[in-house]
Amino acid sequence: MSILVENREALDPYAAARAEQPLLGRANPLAKFGALAVITVALVWSIDWLSAGIAVLCELLVLPLAGLNLRLLWIRAWPLVAAAVLGGWSTAVLAPDKGPVLFSFGIWTMGEHSLLLGLGFLLRGLAIALPAVIVMACTEPTDLADSLAQLAHLPHRFVLGTLAALRLVGLMVEEWQTIGMARRARGVGASGNVLSGLAARLGQSFGLLVQSIRRASRLAVTMEARGFGAGPRTWARPSRLSVVDLWVVLGAVVIAGLSVGFSVLFGAWHVVY
Amino acid sequence: MASFASAVTPARVTARDWGWRHGGRSRAAVAGLDLDLEPGEKVLLLGPSGAGKSTLLHALAGVLGSAEDDDADESGTLLIDGRSPRDARGRAGLVQQDPETQVVLGRVGDDVAFGAENLAVPPAEIWPRVRQALEDVGLGSLPLDHPTHALSGGQKQRLALAGVLAMRPGLVLLDEPTANLDPAGVLEVRDAVIRAVTASGATLLVVEHRVEVWKDAVDRVVVLGAGPDGPSGVVASGDPDAVLESQGEALAAQGVWIPGRVPVLTGAAPGAGMPSSSSSPLSSSGDVVLLEARDLAVSRAAVSRRGFGSRKAVPVLSGVELDLRAGRALSVTGPNGVGKSTLALTLAGLLAPAAGAVVGSSELLAAGEAVPRRPEPYRWKAKELITRIGTVFQEPEHQFVTGTVLDELRFGPRQLGRGEERVDELLHRLRLDGLADANPYTLSGGEKRRLSVATVLAAHPRLLVLDEPTFGQDARTWAELGSLLLELLRDGVSILSVTHDADFTRALGATELVLGGATGAVLAGAASAERTGHGPAKGDA
Repeated sequence: MSILVENREALDPYAAARAEQPLLGRANPLAKFGALAVITVALVWSIDWLSAGIAVLCELLVLPLAGLNLRLLWIRAWPLVAAAVLGGWSTAVLAPDKGPVLFSFGIWTMGEHSLLLGLGFLLRGLAIALPAVIVMACTEPTDLADSLAQLAHLPHRFVLGTLAALRLVGLMVEEWQTIGMARRARGVGASGNVLSGLAARLGQSFGLLVQSIRRASRLAVTMEARGFGAGPRTWARPSRLSVVDLWVVLGAVVIAGLSVGFSVLFGAWHVVY
Repeated sequence: MASFASAVTPARVTARDWGWRHGGRSRAAVAGLDLDLEPGEKVLLLGPSGAGKSTLLHALAGVLGSAEDDDADESGTLLIDGRSPRDARGRAGLVQQDPETQVVLGRVGDDVAFGAENLAVPPAEIWPRVRQALEDVGLGSLPLDHPTHALSGGQKQRLALAGVLAMRPGLVLLDEPTANLDPAGVLEVRDAVIRAVTASGATLLVVEHRVEVWKDAVDRVVVLGAGPDGPSGVVASGDPDAVLESQGEALAAQGVWIPGRVPVLTGAAPGAGMPSSSSSPLSSSGDVVLLEARDLAVSRAAVSRRGFGSRKAVPVLSGVELDLRAGRALSVTGPNGVGKSTLALTLAGLLAPAAGAVVGSSELLAAGEAVPRRPEPYRWKAKELITRIGTVFQEPEHQFVTGTVLDELRFGPRQLGRGEERVDELLHRLRLDGLADANPYTLSGGEKRRLSVATVLAAHPRLLVLDEPTFGQDARTWAELGSLLLELLRDGVSILSVTHDADFTRALGATELVLGGATGAVLAGAASAERTGHGPAKGDA
């Protein structure tokens, strides 16, 4: 028995850390993306507020399974919430008015129909965006790459190359700031007016591009020197599906079913075209 | 558990009249190289820039002649254990200079496992190898899921070494692995290399400018030569002390750092090398304050924004009081991460102070035509800044803004609407005459450094801020830079350098401001102390 346990530890050194994670943290990234696809596909057909509202409610209920709470979600998702509100508002204002007018100000009028439409847009935006935020919050990029290459059989050169390049994106933010300062120290954007400022930004972008390419080619040499890119390779972290993954996908099916089902039942379901 | 290290068979390297020319170049990078490395031998490879050291290492690592370089030319033979390096995948492992690009993956364990996976090592064998390799480089105490971005430069280089060791290579290749590190990081990496390579018995080939770091740790020194018409193969080989004895003079003249030889600066005052700038008769303007910092706190991120709430950034350093005086040099030293560069950038008017003030004196404000309306450098327009404060960044490429060396030098004066009379002098002075039409990005490391200093000087700043100006530089560029800076000091320019280079501080006669000692957040607070004892107030230069 003890040999088995030792073996498991030898094969997956992160097993212990993963066991302490909430359910969605333990699930295979591929299953999580499958769940994402189920919810998205179910929700793109109609713009009614009911199906989207139920989906948003369910999504908020599963937050603890991803180790998130409302505050952490807000920190990650506020730009999306802002975009959804904006989209909903403009739809409500601009949609053709049918039914009783609720609100009128100059050229803006809002009827009951357009209000519901706007609400539908807002909720739908959230219902589709939130699962992606939740999944990304509890997925290690390396694990995602593992499962895309091993289970989905995407070409490993592509997957691992992308993964390594993503790590450099964080460095680019820092580099952007440094290049900006370095160029100011040279006198770029000398007079401080809008035009020279714009030209300075362009030059700064070019500088960043040059640095990124140089970094990337050095990284490519590093990877090649470690034997990357030719011949068969093994995977130190075998990516496997487990019962948890079945629950994750089933959960998504239930959320999608509830949303669409209630919506159809109450006659709110309205296919877009 | 049996030591896996014993499973390594050290590799033999044989080069016979080997040469390499990169595609699109007229000159060969390596020519006529004859070299034998015995299995298990530890060799330090020296030579001036352009001798083909890196090219040889890349060739042995099997990464030369990849897709973008297909019209390259190879001559002679280069073999590892009698096979071409590209067919001997996994026999050689390479660690390069830039720590950021030595890390491939986000978790320590995954990064070390990466090479072994690529060599198709059975998964059950990979993790024991990973643990062993981390142990060998002294990172055994880190959890395997430790994020790699949280490592220091020295730790990243040791991690890269562990990734190489996990491949169980018979040949370990190091291309200036410590050039970007502070002194503590240099020793940390050197010791890890020696320990690990001794344990595994692998053959070791190191390229490094700083000889004293490796001299006592290697069996043999090999010197590659470079003449005016190209690389000239091996010019000396043998016992480290004997080779340095016979070749030391020639190597030093070519810019190799030879132990015990600090380059002499031209135009240095008698007895230069002794820190005595305050007593120097030449700095008559020494009491004129150009810039002062009062209760200054510095931070890279002024304000970080999360959601709709914003938080004030935690300063990396606070309570800094200092004066920068005309004709004086100040060196800011201390361990990595203590906020030295952030402090320098804030003083240079490139970052806003997190708290407190940086104020230019009336003397500084009067330098240059357009007089800024406010005394704080951070509020100045770029045009007002460059005639007063010139900043030279650690990475010269960050400051290149045009397509040729000549345009680079003309850029500052043109922004100011000035004549370009100083351009030719600077070109000549910094040995860039022949390169006026070259693209700055194609220059060598030393040439880039000299150009970046020259471009900033073209605007005649009264105060010069330098971030690690001597990092990775050969002795020749070092001496030229030092001589030029001494001259500027005599002309009444004030110089602030962030540096780990004690010889450089001594050569400029600079006052030293030592930051830190503690680590992390504890640093916020008055963490500065002065080492040389003749300033009226702390941090006064």
